Amino acid sequence: MLSLNELWFVLIAVLFIGFFFLEGFDFGVGMETQFLAKNDTERRVLINSIGPFWDANEVWLLTGAGAMFAAFPEWYATLFSGFYIPFVFALLALIARGVAFEFRGKRDSVAWKRTWDACIFIGSFLPPFLLAVVFASFIKGLPIDADKQMYAGFTDIVNVYTVVAGLTVVLLCLVHGLMFTTLRTVGDLQARARKMAQRLLWPLAALLLAFVVMTYYMTDIFEQRGTVLMIIVALGIIAFVLSGYFMTKKKDGYAFGMTGAVMALSVTSIFVGLFPRVMISSIDQAFNLTITNAASGHYSLKVMTIVALTILPFVLGYQIWSYFVFHKRVHEKEHLEY
Amino acid sequence: MDTVMLSRIQFASTTIFHYFFVPVSIGLALLIAIMETMYVRKGNEEYKKMAQFWGKLFLINFAVGVVTGILQEFQFGMNWSDYSRFVGDVFGAPLAVEALAAFFLESTFIGIWIFGWDKVSKRVHLMSIWLVAFGTMLSAFWILAANSFMQHPVGFAINNGRAEMNDFFALITNGQLLVEFPHTVLAAYATGAFLVTGISAYKILKKQDVSFFKKSFQIAAIVGIISSIGVAVAGHAQAQYLVETQPMKMAASEGLWGKSGDPAPWTVWANIDPEKQESTGEFQIPYMLSFLSYSKFSGEVKGMLELQAEYEQAYGPGDYIPPVRTTFWSFRIMVLAGTLMIVLGMYAMYLMWRKKMDRPNTWFMRFMLWGILLPPIANTAGWVMTEFGRQPWTVFGLMTTEDSVSPNITSGQVLFSVISFTTIYAILGLVMIGLFMKVIKKGPYEMDNDHGDSHDPYNEEGSDVIS
Repeated sequence: MLSLNELWFVLIAVLFIGFFFLEGFDFGVGMETQFLAKNDTERRVLINSIGPFWDANEVWLLTGAGAMFAAFPEWYATLFSGFYIPFVFALLALIARGVAFEFRGKRDSVAWKRTWDACIFIGSFLPPFLLAVVFASFIKGLPIDADKQMYAGFTDIVNVYTVVAGLTVVLLCLVHGLMFTTLRTVGDLQARARKMAQRLLWPLAALLLAFVVMTYYMTDIFEQRGTVLMIIVALGIIAFVLSGYFMTKKKDGYAFGMTGAVMALSVTSIFVGLFPRVMISSIDQAFNLTITNAASGHYSLKVMTIVALTILPFVLGYQIWSYFVFHKRVHEKEHLEY
Repeated sequence: MDTVMLSRIQFASTTIFHYFFVPVSIGLALLIAIMETMYVRKGNEEYKKMAQFWGKLFLINFAVGVVTGILQEFQFGMNWSDYSRFVGDVFGAPLAVEALAAFFLESTFIGIWIFGWDKVSKRVHLMSIWLVAFGTMLSAFWILAANSFMQHPVGFAINNGRAEMNDFFALITNGQLLVEFPHTVLAAYATGAFLVTGISAYKILKKQDVSFFKKSFQIAAIVGIISSIGVAVAGHAQAQYLVETQPMKMAASEGLWGKSGDPAPWTVWANIDPEKQESTGEFQIPYMLSFLSYSKFSGEVKGMLELQAEYEQAYGPGDYIPPVRTTFWSFRIMVLAGTLMIVLGMYAMYLMWRKKMDRPNTWFMRFMLWGILLPPIANTAGWVMTEFGRQPWTVFGLMTTEDSVSPNITSGQVLFSVISFTTIYAILGLVMIGLFMKVIKKGPYEMDNDHGDSHDPYNEEGSDVIS
């Protein structure tokens, strides 16, 4: 049986996997608006294709952070104060992005739309990049002292390894988003999205490979959980190859599932590598934060478990239902809200 | 400036800004739900148009409320990490439940509502807006459960130097929460209502879509008067709870240094001197403070100097007196704004009852327009009083603000974030006001042509490329 601490580690992992899988594609679509769309109408089709979903997708991140706060307060505190500046930028980007969707169509002026389009692009590029940088530096190790305080310098956070991780996730989001576009649009736009996704597979493969190799040499996670991670990497390769195969066969739904699987497996590998640690100290192993020394008390975890298990089925139920409600493709001839 | 002061400035400014939008969202969601219910029951298209027009304003406002809310969740960890470590066990739970139970509900069903007009049945669509309204209220409940713990900590024990939850039920039946929740939520309903009556009054004055705005005015005025009176009643209950649990805040909000005397008079106006620790030139209403504190016309209220001595005994040496002037005046601003809301609401009721809405006084309608500002003023002043009045504590009696701040952040970092957030918030505020005015100016019957699609050559020639 899982202990409550393990269960909450798994739940938080699931929330972040869900976040990267779901918001991953709407980040991707947000980026596409800059180079897949040829004109304003196409841009609007793209934005409307994620219109009903992006807000709920972002809540996965908020719930993940909230769960961290409640179940592992030390993790939450060390993480958010330690990465102060990256989070300022991520927040500014998310703030600009969120209002941009609502604001961009409210005035008929080219400069106005360009401004908010830029916000959508930056807001879709920067958060996944920064979050990937943060997660990668988790497994590389950070200067965390005996008081669980993290005093990180610039290069502790931004280095070759974390930047490669950031770019990998950004490109993965983009490909995943392009596949989502093939599911929600028609005709030329759909065909172009598929083609672009296919073309981006090679650079993505190179980045993923670089990330895995660097992880092998620069972190201890393969020493810790070699077998499980090897399986995840193998599954990742299979999913990646299948995504390319399905793209050529124009089986877009399956291809989308596979790009999502690559994303999910990448995030999973980070959490598997961390476990049972939640943050690794580069100063001394003894200062690692773990699912035991960073956690809330037993009572708190028990209450939270009961609450979460009661509410979660409803949340999943109506979110899946909402994707069903908007399963039809977005067409430029119908009413576009945004 | 040090990180404590800068972090306080950031927290205060971002929270106050965020709280301009939250009550509008809560209030408008309810009103739109009522309007759409009338549409579904009566089948009158005008009510549908109402839900859509006010919905447009709701969505602009909601967007800003949501994005500024993300920062609220993150900055506990970013700026107040030692606080988060100390109380995360208790305080984190309601925040997590808020995300799980309320945010998902709001965000999913707002999506259904915006994009689902012709994709789901009328009833499902109506259910969506009610679920959004319910979600915003639920969200308020959980965030206030967390806030109430800071005002009046319950359901916990100190273990290994941190607060650990031992009674979740106590946390959600906290006496503070039971008075704070109705006071805050009713104030939010009043905020939405006064926004709608104010804008409607403006349009009626301009003689534009008069029937539409008269109907909107009437629905909102009824919600407005009920909730305004409710706020006052709940506020009275809250004041009494305050005397019991945070007497220092009460004394500060009265500018009361020594004992009040029995029966205690309520100070309307005073010249407060925190240096000399005295108040002069007071103008007082006899018996009123006793009534405010105990619901009877007798009873003494403790002053700050006496409480300071008591707190030093209990918590060790230190200054336990909050910023008195801020607490004193914010309380009065809140009460004054609330009273004006009740007066305006009553007069609107009188007009409707006497069926004089057809030819309402111009001066009254102008008052109603300015009345839009009353709830935000009262809301802000109320929060300023509550949060400033709790100083020097973050968690009353347990942890001070100074001990709450993150030890590993520099003042340069915080200064950078204060400046960036203030700048982006200022821009958002201005853009939002501009968009509000634009939507209001266009009115309910010319809404949908913002994009100006005809300027897009693609639309005229090449539209079959996609089909």
